[in-house]
Amino acid sequence: MSNRSNFWVQLPAIGLPALLAASLAIFGLLLPGRFWSVGAFESMAFQMPELGLLTLAMFLPFVSAGFNLAIIVTANITGIFMAWLWVNMVPSDAGTGLQIFWVALGLLGAMLIACLIGVLIGSLVAYVGVHPILTTLGFMTLIKGVGIFITRGAPVSGMPPVVQFLGTGSFLGVPMPMVVFILTALAMLVLMNRTSFGKYVYMSGSNINATYFSGIGTHRVIIGIYVISSLICVLAGLVMNARFNSARMGYGDSYLLLTVLAIIMGGADPLGGFGKVGGLVLALFVLQIISTGLNLFGVSQHVSLAMWGAVLIFVLAAKFFNRRYYLPWAQRRAAGPDSCSV
Amino acid sequence: MGKNKTAETSRRLPERPPETPPARKRDSLVVLKHVSKRFGGNYALRDINLELQKGEVHCLCGANGCGKSTLAKIISGAHRPDSGASIEIGDNRYDELTPQESRRYGVQVIYQDLALFPNLSVYENIAFEYNLGHTRLYRRERLRRKAREVLDELAFSINLDERVENLSIAQRQQVAICRALVAEAKMVIMDEPTASLTRVEVNHLLDTVRYLKSKDITVVFVNHRLNEVMEVSDRVTVMRDGVLVGTYPAKDMDEERLSELITGRKIDFTLKGEAWATGKVVLEVKDLSRAGQYQDVSFSLQEGEILGVCGLLGSGRTELALSLFGLTRPDHGEIRVDGRPVTLRNHRQAIQAGISYLSEDRLSLGLILKQSVADNMVLTIMERLKNCLGLLSREKRRQTVAEWVKRLDVKVNDSEEPITTLSGGNQQKVVLAKWILTNPKILILDSPTVGVDVGAKSSIYQLIHQLAREHIAMVLISDEVPEVYYNCDRILHFRQGRVAGEYRPDSIGIDTLSEVIGNG
Repeated sequence: MSNRSNFWVQLPAIGLPALLAASLAIFGLLLPGRFWSVGAFESMAFQMPELGLLTLAMFLPFVSAGFNLAIIVTANITGIFMAWLWVNMVPSDAGTGLQIFWVALGLLGAMLIACLIGVLIGSLVAYVGVHPILTTLGFMTLIKGVGIFITRGAPVSGMPPVVQFLGTGSFLGVPMPMVVFILTALAMLVLMNRTSFGKYVYMSGSNINATYFSGIGTHRVIIGIYVISSLICVLAGLVMNARFNSARMGYGDSYLLLTVLAIIMGGADPLGGFGKVGGLVLALFVLQIISTGLNLFGVSQHVSLAMWGAVLIFVLAAKFFNRRYYLPWAQRRAAGPDSCSV
Repeated sequence: MGKNKTAETSRRLPERPPETPPARKRDSLVVLKHVSKRFGGNYALRDINLELQKGEVHCLCGANGCGKSTLAKIISGAHRPDSGASIEIGDNRYDELTPQESRRYGVQVIYQDLALFPNLSVYENIAFEYNLGHTRLYRRERLRRKAREVLDELAFSINLDERVENLSIAQRQQVAICRALVAEAKMVIMDEPTASLTRVEVNHLLDTVRYLKSKDITVVFVNHRLNEVMEVSDRVTVMRDGVLVGTYPAKDMDEERLSELITGRKIDFTLKGEAWATGKVVLEVKDLSRAGQYQDVSFSLQEGEILGVCGLLGSGRTELALSLFGLTRPDHGEIRVDGRPVTLRNHRQAIQAGISYLSEDRLSLGLILKQSVADNMVLTIMERLKNCLGLLSREKRRQTVAEWVKRLDVKVNDSEEPITTLSGGNQQKVVLAKWILTNPKILILDSPTVGVDVGAKSSIYQLIHQLAREHIAMVLISDEVPEVYYNCDRILHFRQGRVAGEYRPDSIGIDTLSEVIGNG
């Protein structure tokens, strides 16, 4: 098989990077000087991580052919816990050291809550066999109700300066929320590709029974999936706390299904078993560029939401075209000379 | 390929290979000429010429991947042939058929998975087409009456209101046959109909086929197993690697000749003869029982010994295997590995104790079909493939996969491709590799050659013998008496959850053994 014919078969893999480049180029041309600016990119880097972290939280259950509807409320409830702790415990004149201590303590507590939520969801899914969508629908409603009851729906405001830095500061010129997202995405990349746990997630997503019969403790894998998913929600909650300087039930509600949009656009299989962290990150960048670009035009937020939907439909249509018409053509082309000589 | 030339010169006549007996002059129902089909760059079919006659039983034989299923799908309209093909059906000529056209001419296909609605009742499944064709209103009583008629006609005893998911495989198949009859089938194509049937059920099926034949309905078997369906077949068409080898009268065909034609080489069955048992007992089972599944089972197994376990489906053999693999708990009795009693709470403990289990259901429990060959192979030993940082080592993974692909002679282009790209035999080798990699002392093989073609079967047998030489003790569970007879040192016969007898191949003939086991 010659390299040239192989090229056509491999070509569709560049779809998403090409889309990214195209969107960068189009907005650059339409908004000369305004889109390709430090300001625009900075605002993107501040905005994207919330959706990004939540998408990573959805990604793991999604690849295992599951779902986690409770990501937003988990981020909210752990965010509220942290905010409550910091507002009530951190003295207003606390030094950086003391602040960091309380922030760490708050994070630890939030992680314990997240672990509890994750273990409960995972156990119900794994041992009782309740469908993940139903299980997490239950938890979503439960946690939302409890959270609103406790806070009476009001925001808990006033973060210590250290946390505010996480929302507004930069590290080596990269906005802090982006730093958190990049680190989390890298950790996810390693988890999915270089650990046995990650492999088990993919394999369970394709056929959990066969995975179980291969001697894998799939129950524990499922619980692990929902625990890790909930832990990532804590980071999303932290970033939201930092950006809004407050925590409230309902922050980020609109992101819930957008995470699925980003995952599918990133190339994950809706039936589970396949999906790449890299694809997901690229998809998030494309979505953010569209949103920021349209925003610079002064277009309503709702139009950019509509655009996201349109892009997803376009990507799905392109995938269908690719599988149905393009790939067979490319494979014929690639194998053509070979098969004739048989 | 001399026959193809004949076809070209006599294009206007119904094609008839020279070997075909003029025994009973029949009209042809379907005539295929110059049918080729390419998938990607590979030929699945290459210039096939075939005639199917009215009311004949025609057996389409060949190894996995030889194109027999593709050919069936071209007749049923599920696949389009490449251009240049001609399909004569009824009195018309087509370049290609759509599924609708094919059905209109009475072609009905019974796929291996039977394509029934598991959540609907028997009568709804049977009369499904009837409902579609005749009236848009759903009239329960009419459907029930129609279904009853067909069931009675074929002398099947199935409860009309039972949900199909509660039926046995054999009964589901009967429902599928009834559905084809309701749709006024002129030709019924059955894909591997005997693959999951016991001997008794197969006999029942063959009776049904004889009845269909008497009604002048053509029956086409798509098959890779050699035995049973030959009894009722009129003609046999053998395919190999997408090419039609020839069509022969069934009565001239014996097992040896057919497998020679299918594989293109001669296979002879011989007794295993040599024994590699070392005398050291690795597994001892004493009075093991589990209510409703198996009772008072006792046996022992030596290093390097191959123990055959035969018996009908539901005789307790698979159930016993599941308990030995820790997936179910026996009610009482004792399992000893290397002389030490073990309690197996789950399959991880079983694997740790050195017991591995190759499931009988390769497609849904043995393999993760969409995932790659490599991942399927190393799934059981992921924990061993770590580098010093505790991360999966790509290098170790690559080496392990390459080594075992070579050792087991797995035919694979790229081990990162989905395992579905492999043939059944090669898939099974990957599953075997997966279990050999766990270093088992005892390997339980549950029907390891189901859905594996003749050629690949013998290479799996060789592999089993090789493992025995390496002192692995094996339990070989099988439906096929020859399989255990020619490969095992001892054979346990299971009947209704109990060990009904123990035999040694060197002291009993295969016919006697077949009879003993076939009688349940």
